[in-house]
Amino acid sequence: MTYPLTHKQFYEGLKAGRLQGLKCKACGAVTAPPKICCAECGATELEVILLSGRGKIKTYTVIRVAPEEFNAPYIVAMTELDEGPWVMGNVEGIDLTKPVGDLTGTKVRCGCRIVPPAKYTGGEGVVLTFSPA
Amino acid sequence: MGIQEVWEGGITTRRVAVAGVGMTKFGQSDKSQVEMFAEAAMEAINGSNIRALDIQALFLGNVLGDFEEGQMNIAPLCAYELGMSVDAPATRIEGACASASVAIRDAFVWVASGFYDVVLAGGTERTTVMGTSLATRTFAMGSDSRYEGFTGITFPGAFAMVARLYSEKYGIPLEKLKERMAMVAVKNHKNGVKNPLAHFQKEISVETVLNSPMVADPLQLFDCCPFSDGAAAVVLASEEAIQRMTDKPVYVLGVGQGSNGPLYRQKDITRIVAREKAAFQAYRMAGLTPADIDVCELHDCFTIAEIVACEGLGFFEFGKGSSAVERGETAIGGRIPINPSGGLKSKGHPIGATGAAQAYEIVKQLRGECGDRQIEGARVGMTDTLGGDLATVVNVIYGI
Repeated sequence: MTYPLTHKQFYEGLKAGRLQGLKCKACGAVTAPPKICCAECGATELEVILLSGRGKIKTYTVIRVAPEEFNAPYIVAMTELDEGPWVMGNVEGIDLTKPVGDLTGTKVRCGCRIVPPAKYTGGEGVVLTFSPA
Repeated sequence: MGIQEVWEGGITTRRVAVAGVGMTKFGQSDKSQVEMFAEAAMEAINGSNIRALDIQALFLGNVLGDFEEGQMNIAPLCAYELGMSVDAPATRIEGACASASVAIRDAFVWVASGFYDVVLAGGTERTTVMGTSLATRTFAMGSDSRYEGFTGITFPGAFAMVARLYSEKYGIPLEKLKERMAMVAVKNHKNGVKNPLAHFQKEISVETVLNSPMVADPLQLFDCCPFSDGAAAVVLASEEAIQRMTDKPVYVLGVGQGSNGPLYRQKDITRIVAREKAAFQAYRMAGLTPADIDVCELHDCFTIAEIVACEGLGFFEFGKGSSAVERGETAIGGRIPINPSGGLKSKGHPIGATGAAQAYEIVKQLRGECGDRQIEGARVGMTDTLGGDLATVVNVIYGI
């Protein structure tokens, strides 16, 4: 069977300003990022839908010791989208030269950032970014 | 006996026990991964009253050998190094930081099922040679490379998110939680002083932790286990074979392993479901409950990780794990001693070997061979090893 929405298609959607998800025809749940089957019930009858791009931050961290290829400091967060799924991304628009207040619960809008291919990355990456709304 | 019967009955076809065990001193080493494994394995082989030729298979944990030394397919090289037979399968097993426990569980199943009588399991890793930047990068490869890796997430970062979520969920102010997290590090360093094989043998204070550099807010340097080099190994054999190998067999009473998806799929990462499943399997197979465990070596890759682990394993109610360390319940002499070896924090964490080092400690504890860090009268012990994106967890229960 064919993959319903590959990571590359998900990335291309983000670059074009579209946050895509998969709506399950069996149970109605939304899966994002994509999987071959519904993240809730495992059914493979899925349709590609457009998500609102809105959510709220559930937890986050400020990375101060970065891996190779990244420059600290930056914020990594998990955001709960309005449609239900949680996604990981970077929070933008926060002044990291000052102490960061508590971001938990902050409403955000999703955007994206392109990470150029490097050694061991499997090609180009497209990351979700979260901007306080 | 079919899989369904094993799962439902929680029984295996025959009992399996540990004979010899071996471990190198963890820390910074100039020895290669093969050399370190050879030392640990020879100690285990010599302690089993067998020759290397008697070993029927090798199950070897190794995570980043390719990046560390440019070494892949390391398992047969280790087998050959030891003088094992060419007709013995040697397999590299990778489950991130759980690798050696995945190897031990796998080895157990092959012996319990009757396919082998005597096997060698363990792991080796040489992380320090990578330097912090590459090590941080390669460790982060345990995350979802398509949907997490490009954010620059790191393992301290993943557990930092656990800590923040834990503080929020249970209404424990972050400053209070961090103090309790620091107490975990203090306890484990105190234990490590009594372990000649520990990476660090130096006590620290809560202030040491809280004054150390921030790594991934709110985790500071001393909330994090070190990058270490080392190897550990155990010889496992059937109940019948073990009789001629040791007069102090330590039986494997139960095993379990769980597998989960990336952090963003797991959502509430204060509850590590892969661990809850693995622990349930192990307790059921052993016919035991958390109250029966006398000593536990669990996965304190970060201080907060020990707190959530002791809850997931059933030693404390969810949300109560952080106050337990404050009350001294997990110290040597406490209600449920956790990480008498010093844990990953002080003993060190050569990731491919860690699970086998936990087994080494539990076996030694049950044999009464731990000197100053001995848990008096310990008869049942448990190991808990977690790998990657909180995605693989292995639990093993041992008893005498």
